[in-house]
Amino acid sequence: MGEVGGKTSLRTLGGGEGGLFTTKFESLLGWARKFSLFQYPFATACCGMEFFAVAAPKYDIARFGAEAPRFSPRQSDLLWVVGTISQRQAPVLKRIYDQMCEPKWVIAFGTCAACGGFYDNYTTLPGVDKIVPVDVYVPGCPPRPEQVLDGLMMLMKKVADGNRVAEIAEPGLAAKIAAREIAKPGS
Amino acid sequence: MAKIVLDRIRERFGDAVLETSSAQGDEVAVIAPDRWLDVASFARTDPACAMDHFIDLTCVDWPKRAARFEVVLMLRSSTTGKRIRLKARVPETDPKIASVTGLWLGANWFEREAYDMFGVIFEGHPDLRRILLYDEFEGHPLRKDYDAAKTQPLVPYRPEALDKLPPFGKDEGMPWERPVRPGREHSEG
Repeated sequence: MGEVGGKTSLRTLGGGEGGLFTTKFESLLGWARKFSLFQYPFATACCGMEFFAVAAPKYDIARFGAEAPRFSPRQSDLLWVVGTISQRQAPVLKRIYDQMCEPKWVIAFGTCAACGGFYDNYTTLPGVDKIVPVDVYVPGCPPRPEQVLDGLMMLMKKVADGNRVAEIAEPGLAAKIAAREIAKPGS
Repeated sequence: MAKIVLDRIRERFGDAVLETSSAQGDEVAVIAPDRWLDVASFARTDPACAMDHFIDLTCVDWPKRAARFEVVLMLRSSTTGKRIRLKARVPETDPKIASVTGLWLGANWFEREAYDMFGVIFEGHPDLRRILLYDEFEGHPLRKDYDAAKTQPLVPYRPEALDKLPPFGKDEGMPWERPVRPGREHSEG
């Protein structure tokens, strides 16, 4: 957990260099934020069950510093949209998002939150990105907890790098990244 | 099974029973809409019928029929175990029928749902308003002429998100514009 990502890493200089702590402030901040994501679980549907599984001891998002749910949007900085959002519920979601303090991130958990899923009709919002910007999409109906962890790790990396480009946590993502890292050490 | 109940209703109401059928053990009586409450009340109170268990109330849209909306009431007796289905057909121009909430309290939300989805008005209902959709919603979505692709968002969509946003391709996920399929008509009217 102690590693610091990328080339803009936190490093201490040797004693001969005055013991100064040099880093870019943003990367220190990003590093701190990435391990203290306070989450607001907006769980509306069956994906909520998988979310509980991710939060419970077996998969345990506490390992990533994201274990503390805050049911007040003012205290949270990661919005999990877990499940189908109906048109009737959309104003509530929008309001929750607006009440969250900056910086804030959004994970669309499951296919319904990402694009409406198979609810192609008058009731359902066709993806929460229609009303709030999304950082990570975790597809699946519902996604497996491993895939959600992939998505969370993807988000942590984005938080550390200050990267706001939306991405999809595809199935098997972690394996792909691991394979790439083994193939090219140090990259 | 419940033929005896059907016979009793037919015997009591005569012309108000427009049609009956009892295929596969399903006893169905189509009632004239102006006698709806009388028949329902009889089915509930008559000792031979004793339909004290309200199961379901719903509606079917038959767009080509003159009396377009068919209100369907499903009942069961907890004493005799018999079941019966009552139907009444109301036209689009005057989609009104008596409420049965006075007989079975449980019919309350079902009638609200039928009103919400089809626009059938249940006269005498204590609180007839939308139950699932929001008040701002225009029209009744389970009517066959409600455009399947039409949504009525309460929150305006972000202008940049009107189309699919990256990382999704334009052809991924749910279609934003549903292709219109001409000539797709309902088999029965």
